[in-house]
Parts: sequence; structure tokens; C-alpha cells
Amino acid sequence: MIDNAQMQDLALCVRLDVLEMIRAAGSGHPGGSFSSVETLVELYWNVMNNRPEEPRWGGRDRFILSKGHACPALYSVLARRGYFDPAELLTLRKFGSRLQGHPNMLVLPGLDASTGSLGQGLSIACGIAHGLRLDGRKSRVFCLLGDGELQEGSVWEAAMTASHYNLKHLTAIVDRNRVQLDGPVSEVMEIEPLVDKWLAFGWDVIVADGHSFPSLEKAFEHCSETPFPSVILADTVKGKGVSFMENTCLWHGRCPDEKEYAAAVSEIQGGLS
Amino acid sequence: MKDLNLKPTREGYVEGIMQAGRENSRVVVVEGDVSRSIGSNSFREAFPDRFFNLGVSEQDMLGEAAGLALEGFIPFVGTYGVFIAGRAWDQIRTGICYMNLDVRIAGAHGGLSVGPDGATHQALEDVALMRVLPNMKILVPADSNQTRASVLASIEAEGPVYIRFGRNPVPQLYTSDEKVKIGRGNLLIDGNDVTLVACGAMVSLSIEAASILNGRGISAGVIDMISVKPLDRELLLGQVEKTGAVVVAEDHQSTGGLFCAVAETLALEMPVPMDTVSVRDSFGTSGSPSEVMAKFGLTASAIVEKAQRLLQ
Repeated sequence: MIDNAQMQDLALCVRLDVLEMIRAAGSGHPGGSFSSVETLVELYWNVMNNRPEEPRWGGRDRFILSKGHACPALYSVLARRGYFDPAELLTLRKFGSRLQGHPNMLVLPGLDASTGSLGQGLSIACGIAHGLRLDGRKSRVFCLLGDGELQEGSVWEAAMTASHYNLKHLTAIVDRNRVQLDGPVSEVMEIEPLVDKWLAFGWDVIVADGHSFPSLEKAFEHCSETPFPSVILADTVKGKGVSFMENTCLWHGRCPDEKEYAAAVSEIQGGLS
Repeated sequence: MKDLNLKPTREGYVEGIMQAGRENSRVVVVEGDVSRSIGSNSFREAFPDRFFNLGVSEQDMLGEAAGLALEGFIPFVGTYGVFIAGRAWDQIRTGICYMNLDVRIAGAHGGLSVGPDGATHQALEDVALMRVLPNMKILVPADSNQTRASVLASIEAEGPVYIRFGRNPVPQLYTSDEKVKIGRGNLLIDGNDVTLVACGAMVSLSIEAASILNGRGISAGVIDMISVKPLDRELLLGQVEKTGAVVVAEDHQSTGGLFCAVAETLALEMPVPMDTVSVRDSFGTSGSPSEVMAKFGLTASAIVEKAQRLLQ
């Protein structure tokens, strides 16, 4: 267990990794990676029961990155957690790399599914949850979705399945950064009211500040005790941590130039304790 | 080649999953509100904990199956072929084939032989959609016994398998001890003049066609190419080397299915005159299976005619 200040420093280091990885790759998705950083750090350091030295350990908690394009943040978290050598991070998206443009579980340890086609992760998570129940395992299943991703109808098919079969050891987290590739979610295709929607689908809903570790910790604790499948609506900022990337669709999938990179690094480094 | 009593192939599917369920506790069934139609509701009665009906939600069914396979189960996902292969194609591609998961996909109601339900329910593109996917294996059994054997053979396979079967009763061509091997076809009749390659409902019609051709002095061989992918290349080339002429018969569009698989193989390795008896870029229509199949030329006489024309 590490304290809140260390978690905050970790989050900044993950953001620096993401920037450097995307710069080295020449492409990638900084906006949605930055908004999901605290959720991933909280999960991998404070919530999930896992063994980086034994990535397929049967008793582990499972994690599905349904918004697969945020994989730079996940790769950084996995490397820093000990699943593979952080030196490999700079191979992101390069020919021959295990760090594919979207996650490929067959080549990289620590991934519980290959993802990248939006709208599939929650169904896979439900199947895993059913499998764990059949095997009598106590492991939990976590699935991180984008808010724009909720426009995929298949997400709501899975939402029905989870409540119909009461998969209470399944927790979804919606990275509610309110911006998608083409613009604000509310302008592209409104998905609110999300609390009402998930409640109507039979889920336990909790709203959290997706950039606050104490808030996320409380939310995950709540989810571990609820008798229903649970969803954390994590209010986040797209591009969080770099002022000129925040709250804009321009940085959904763009690589910074040298000047932008330097400015972003110095802004993030300024926050390190 | 045994008794020619009629039986729907889907009954073999149910017999197969029941036997697999008894023999292997990792076998589970994922359904989409057609279990009473396909018959897989008997699996639910026998193994209620291993049966998941997800309602009318093909995309979720395939994702669910992927998750179960990730936990080491062997899920059989079944619904009508037109929906399972079409609606959930992306889930099959990225959620199953990309991870090479042990999911068995049952496409019921394949082809025109669905009959009265009409074009919306007649899967004529499913084999093509599955065949383009890396890691996917495809079995198109011709009768109930072969369907049961296909289910059992799929248990041993690594990675995803698509099993396509029909709705209406077809002649029983195989005995109850029939074994299926993925990648292997069956040489039903050895021929010297022309090779008829067929799968599914067209196998019995090809046997009928071979008999008519034989009566006219033409030695027609028949291959039951149950394994559309991987194709039994050795068996195909061995026969075609002798006959030098091929007619492919399938209850499917002529693009992307068995005809294409055979044509691709022969174009590269042994180009010979070929023709096809299949649906040519068209949707089906309502009617009795025999009426609809006759309208689109899926008949023994069409196979005879094309074979004779090839040999002229």
C-alpha cells in the first residue's frame, strides 16, 4: 500500500510515460489516456488482487480495457507495476513491439483481453464473471469504458446481462470525460442522464471524482460490498494534466510536436512532489 | 451411405452438445432466445448452471462466449446463422478470432433450405463472412449424424470453430458412429470424368446427380467437403488430377463460400474447368424449401447439367 502523495506522483509519472511513448510512436491517444490515469493507478496499486510475476494466476482480479485506445496509460501502469520492463514502453506502436496500437493479450503479459473495437469489453467482462462464478472463484472483474463508447448499443446488451444474472463481482468504470473524437459527447450524441440509465438497467451506480484517489478509493470500496453489478461514473477531464490538451477533442488522437511536448512535460513535472 | 430416412441436422447439434456436456464439464451453452427452435433447451434442462440465455442480443452473446473461453470454458454459441455471423461479426473477429479463443459458433438455419421464413432468415453469406477470418475453422455437415460428430470434433480443436447446419429434414447419409476431422473431407464416390464437391444440404443432391450422370455414361465423383476451412486440399487435388473438371454445389452465395475456397485452391495449384451450383448474387424468398431451392437452381438436375456442359 502506498500513500496518497505517492499515488499522485505515480499518476504524474504515468502521464510523462504516455507523452514520451506517444511522441516516440508519432501517434496515439493522449486525451483519453490522461483522463483514465488515476483510475488505472488506483486499480493496480490499491484495488486489484494481482501478481505481476505470475500474470495468469487464476486467483487474480481481471481487468478489461474496453476503451482500448487508452492503452498507453495501461501499458505504463503495467510496466511500473512490474509486468514487464518499462524500457519497452518506448516501443509503443512500432514494428515488432508487444505494445500494439491497441492491446493484444496474446503478446503482452498482464492483459486479460485484446480490445480496441469499442463496445465489446463489457460483454467479455460478463462472460469472465460468469466463468469465475462457475469455477467458484472470488475474483472481481473490472471493465473501463469510455463515455463516448456508451453510444455502442452492445454496451447496453451487456448491461442487461450483468443485472439479469446479477454479476455482483463485476464493476464497470465509465471514464466520463465528456469529449469524444468529433467533439463534446453532448453534441455528437447525448448519452445523459447516465445515472438514471445505469439505475434503470439494474446497476448500483456511484459517481466519483476520477482524478481524486480518495474519491476513487471510496467508490471502489462501495462496489466491493454491493449486492449488484456496480458502475463508477468517474468524472474526469479529457487530456487531464496538460492545460492545452484539456477538455478538447483536438487531443483525442494526436501526437505533440517538439514544442508542445516540451511544454507538456514541464507542466506535468511542475506537479511532482 | 446408409439409411436415407430424413432428419433435421439441428437434431445432431443438440445430440452433440448433450454428449459433449456429459463428457466435459467445461462445455457451456450461450443462447439467444432460439433454444426452443434449435432444440438446445434440452441442454438447459440437463445442465442449468452451464446454460446462459442472453435474449435477443447476438453481439453480447459472442462477447459473453469470449469471456467464458478466457476462463477456460468451451462455449457453444448458437442462433440463426444469418444473425450470428452478420450482426456479431466484429465480436467474432476481434473478440474471438484475434485472441484465438475456443468458442464454437453454431449457425443454425443455414441457406435457402430454411424455406418459408424468407430472405431475412436464409443465411447465404455466413460461410463467406466466417471464411475470411484468421484462425476460424468451418464445418458444414450434411446430415444429423455428421452434425453431432462435428460438435464432438470441435471440442478437440484449438481456436474458434463455426458449424453451419440447416433447418429442414435431409437424408441421413452417415451412420451414428461417424467421426469428423477438421481439415478432412469425405470421398463418397470415386470418379474419373468429373468431381462434384459439395457441403451441407447439397451433398445428398450431388450423390443423386452422380447417379444420373453415371446412367449417362459419365463417371462422376462426389466429395463431401464438410471442412470448408481448412479445405481438404489433398483429397481435392487427388480427385481433380484424375477428372480435370469440377462442379461445386452449396446452399450459399457463390461468392466467398465453398466454391471460392475450391476455386482459390485450384487456381493456384491445378487450374481446371469449373462451375458452381449456388446462389448467384441474390436474396432468397419464401416458399417450401424445395420450391425455393428449385427457383435458385439448387437441384440435382442443375448439377447434372453443369457437369455435362463442362465435359462437352
